Amino acid sequence: MADLKLAKSPWMLHYDGSSCNGCDIEVLACTTPKYDIERFGIINTGDPFQADILLITGGVNFQNEQVIKQLYTQMPDPKVVVAVGICACTGGVFKDCYNIKGGIDTVIPVDVYVPGCAARPQSIIDGVVRALQILQQKREAYAASHKHGKA
Amino acid sequence: MAKQSVVPFGPQHPVLPEPVHLDLVLEDEVVVKAVPSIGFIHRGLEKLVETKDFKEYVYIAERVCGICSFGHGMGYCQCLEDIMHVEIPPRAKYLRTIWMEMSRVHSHLLWLGLLADALGFESLFMQSWRLREKILDMFDATTGGRVIFSVNCVGGVLKDMDDTMLKTIVDTVNDMEKELRPIAEAFLHNYTVGTRLYGLGVLSAEHAQMMGAVGPTARASGVSYDARELGSAAYGDLDFEPIISKEGDSLARCDVRIREIFQSFDLIRQAAAKIPQGPIAVPVKGNPNGEHFLQFEQPRGEAIYYIKANGTRFIDRFRLRTPTTSNIPAMLEMLKGCQLADVALLILTIDPCISCTER
Repeated sequence: MADLKLAKSPWMLHYDGSSCNGCDIEVLACTTPKYDIERFGIINTGDPFQADILLITGGVNFQNEQVIKQLYTQMPDPKVVVAVGICACTGGVFKDCYNIKGGIDTVIPVDVYVPGCAARPQSIIDGVVRALQILQQKREAYAASHKHGKA
Repeated sequence: MAKQSVVPFGPQHPVLPEPVHLDLVLEDEVVVKAVPSIGFIHRGLEKLVETKDFKEYVYIAERVCGICSFGHGMGYCQCLEDIMHVEIPPRAKYLRTIWMEMSRVHSHLLWLGLLADALGFESLFMQSWRLREKILDMFDATTGGRVIFSVNCVGGVLKDMDDTMLKTIVDTVNDMEKELRPIAEAFLHNYTVGTRLYGLGVLSAEHAQMMGAVGPTARASGVSYDARELGSAAYGDLDFEPIISKEGDSLARCDVRIREIFQSFDLIRQAAAKIPQGPIAVPVKGNPNGEHFLQFEQPRGEAIYYIKANGTRFIDRFRLRTPTTSNIPAMLEMLKGCQLADVALLILTIDPCISCTER
């Protein structure tokens, strides 16, 4: 029962990897009246312990690698990760920089890739809606595995 | 004396859109010292200039920061144009000025929204960002991008605006001016906002100068300095005065930025009225050779560009000193003696752009 309720109200955590801010402000713009991502029941939270969707903008560098890993492990299962913008997908224009390790998937598993530089709010919303479907599947799988007494 | 304790702040924090880390030394609730550590978004963009063609690097210069993207592209191009002794057409100068002022409006409205969010004033946040979408629509119509524009090139700009477009921009700006007034009223005369901002984090004029503060942070303390007065692009032909405030507290910093939005509206109208006809770019031949410093006013304050070129396609050194770098010492000064609960708000009042700072 709890799972059914949760499916309609996922909470979103946003972390700026090493992006140029372009995608960050577009993620924030998604929460404001024109695009209004909250109509899907999403609340933008700052607390990883209560988040279901992790939105990451920008690539991974050698200093924030640990931060991203920590945020991911702090989030409760099941969870989905959305890489927003081309830098988060592959490293993008910063790929050749000495301090960039690559996309987010070099550190944590990514479920949805949102392309674009900067990613437009429409594509971010599309990515999040896809993430919701994946989250629902993960929840069902998680509930099924726990029903039979598995850890 | 109370026992001292150290509280880590960031890098991931609900109020901060970007990661910055501070170690706050507290005595009970009062901050006695703040030690910053940065580097969470460092990419190494200045090094990349050695392996990219100087004309191609314009697109990377824009991606130093997504909020000041137009300014960084423009500063980099102007610096190279000065080295190569290229005189860009007057129409290109005016177009750059219009886009730059639109960037300032978008950046300041964004900041106002973040400030309201930090105060917990959710509806004011939504109103500021709703208004900001109008200027983004104008960017979308003129450049094809909402935050990254790619319209600058060495020698001018890549896209033109026709008379209908200029009229639409002026109409939008007039509409926005009307809509901004009640929002400005809420920021400057609302009781709740006032109790949080009034008298918080006072920075005196002497301290601001000593700490090297720039932009609205310094102007709110009464330092009358605006790098636009140096006359880059078409600013020399336009009529404006630096906006200053005497108080130096957080409310003054908010006030200065709000008045700067109105000033930018005025500058856009002036530029749209005066813009001359003609080409928008000149062809640039050869490679740059020499070095140059350029001061340039970004929404957050004065940025300094330095380029050293060696006569090949690849530039030797590109150095960028961003306004937030200069404002961080002033911010640390403000944090001393404030309450722990006000730390996030005070960090916001300098309008930090960590992405610029760390590049």
